[in-house]
Amino acid sequence: MSILVDEKTRLLVQGITGREGQFHAEQCRKYGTQVVAGVTPGKGGQTVMEDIPVFNTVKQAVAKTKANATMIFVPPAFAADAILEAADAGVELIICISEGIPVYDMVEVYRYLQDSDSRLIGPNCPGIISPGKCKIGIMPAHIHKKGNVGIISRSGTLTYEAVGQLTALGIGQSTCVGIGGDPIIGTRYIDTLKLFQKDRATKAICLIGEIGGTAEDEAAYFIKKHITKPVVGFIAGQTAPPGRRMGHAGAIISGGQGTAEGKMKVMKKCGIKVVKSPADLGKTIARCL
Amino acid sequence: MKIHEYQGKELFRKYNVPVPNGILIHDKSEAVQAAGEIGTPVVVVKAQIHAGGRGKGGGVKLAKSPQEAEKYAGDILGMTLVTHQTGPEGRHVKKVLIEEGMEIVKELYISLLIDRETSRVMIMASEAGGMEIEEVAADEPEKIISEIVDPIIGVKPYLARKIAFALNLSGEPLKKAIPFIINLYECFVKEDLSMLEINPLVITGDDRILALDAKIDIDDNALGRHKDTQEFRDLEEEDPNEIEASKYNLNYIQLDGNIGCMVNGAGLAMATMDIIKHSGGEPANFLDVGGGANEEQIENAFRILVSDDKVKAIFINIFGGILRCDILAAGVVAAAKNLGLKIPVVVRMEGTNMEEGHKILKDSGLNFLIGNGMKDGAKKAVQAIQ
Repeated sequence: MSILVDEKTRLLVQGITGREGQFHAEQCRKYGTQVVAGVTPGKGGQTVMEDIPVFNTVKQAVAKTKANATMIFVPPAFAADAILEAADAGVELIICISEGIPVYDMVEVYRYLQDSDSRLIGPNCPGIISPGKCKIGIMPAHIHKKGNVGIISRSGTLTYEAVGQLTALGIGQSTCVGIGGDPIIGTRYIDTLKLFQKDRATKAICLIGEIGGTAEDEAAYFIKKHITKPVVGFIAGQTAPPGRRMGHAGAIISGGQGTAEGKMKVMKKCGIKVVKSPADLGKTIARCL
Repeated sequence: MKIHEYQGKELFRKYNVPVPNGILIHDKSEAVQAAGEIGTPVVVVKAQIHAGGRGKGGGVKLAKSPQEAEKYAGDILGMTLVTHQTGPEGRHVKKVLIEEGMEIVKELYISLLIDRETSRVMIMASEAGGMEIEEVAADEPEKIISEIVDPIIGVKPYLARKIAFALNLSGEPLKKAIPFIINLYECFVKEDLSMLEINPLVITGDDRILALDAKIDIDDNALGRHKDTQEFRDLEEEDPNEIEASKYNLNYIQLDGNIGCMVNGAGLAMATMDIIKHSGGEPANFLDVGGGANEEQIENAFRILVSDDKVKAIFINIFGGILRCDILAAGVVAAAKNLGLKIPVVVRMEGTNMEEGHKILKDSGLNFLIGNGMKDGAKKAVQAIQ
């Protein structure tokens, strides 16, 4: 098993006619993901990648192709609107890769989604992969291996680093979820942890966080209470100066809150195996299995 | 993006949020006329820099005559103002705001920000104005009022009233506080601010409520839809290397160490700084070249790294996904040749087209050190400068 996405997932791609959108739609299909439709307003009726139909609206795409997941590749100024359109059309899983969405747009999107059945992953994330089954996102597929470690992370390349270490040790992954580096994201650590706890294929969980906000603290308290599987954690930004935004919009220490030190302390207290060095992620997880 | 106090007050005026009368000057010769135009017996002379704590650092003075205003403006303009937020190097003051003086009967605090826990706008207010809010939060948390705003309805009068009553306002100031809070929220949302702080918010002897200060951060991601506030950017308040990096879409933050870092992705870039520190070194910077960097960006990133004299070695840590290792290697080789690089460069590459990348480095005839994993790479970079 795996979480959120598998071989049955039917993917549509919003922004499929753009350069990035098309490139990654092709990569996902190559991996085995069922890419069933594309949406670009005004380009409905066209066909891309030989046989993928393009629609003007998400509603039409869902009606014609029964797509149940979407990957969003539209420019940040229009991405919030694209998420709302997908939720309005009833798409179960919305994965937004776009980086740079104005934060107030996300305040509105988050509020709208609270009254909707759709789940949003991201924005500003690499996507999700269930190795051997389905890839929705921009991660390099070849470094992954099917297996039993679940990964949740706010960062893209740092997740690849963890996956790379695991695969090199012969350890595979059940599902890797990039939840995104923005201050407002659709799916948080806790939502993902619940799913991993239920998933029988997942035997251990790796949680990769970074400075800024208190999401890792909340996750740690949740783990202590509800997660019986071993969890290994890492927090990036142990040497980051306060008050500076470290690349990700959400990675900032403000008013003494959100430091790596503080988060690591809470995580340790809650029974998570915290590694100080990112180079130790793979072998620490290996010892938990 | 941070903006100056006088710019913040300009925004407030646009939304009918009352602020004191003020005139911005660039030279002390303008001070007498400015103070005369304002016309109050006392005027305040305030340094305009992107940092708080200006009063304690000597950047805010009360002048009892236009002549005194001129003297203080002369003292402040050109001074290097050091506050707890500027770092020891301080900031050069180039602009001064001359403002009306007034009788203050009460100092309050109000701020708006995006609360990550609820993913909504939060309004924080306190009767303990004029103090550092972090200190109030730590010592007397009961003195801080916070309200979460539902974006569907925004700030309605009841919510503004709730805050105003909690601040123990009454009479005329209470009446005026309600539109003040509603308008402030409008300003926050319509101008796409990520942080807005007024400290102090004052009640005057003649029953006015005024934003005496304005500390504002505009959401960088939303600047594209605000042509007018884009003009507020003050390049003199930014690090020259950071400005240079932003031209090439590189995410660069200068630090104090001597090992320059070049990494793809923000999380890995932070983790790279961490591992350098764990290996006994000090990172000179944070640099994220992004997911889809090209040769030109790599070369510019390199140029920016070596322009910092403190940098004695460079550690390149790339996990190739979209960014292919062969592209990176070609960019690194070109940059090293064009810049006549003299300092050691450690390269750790993994992921897409890793073998091709290593071949390019090897065939270049340049003496790159190869990191086998990020730990080994960091260790080699630290050893290279010892």
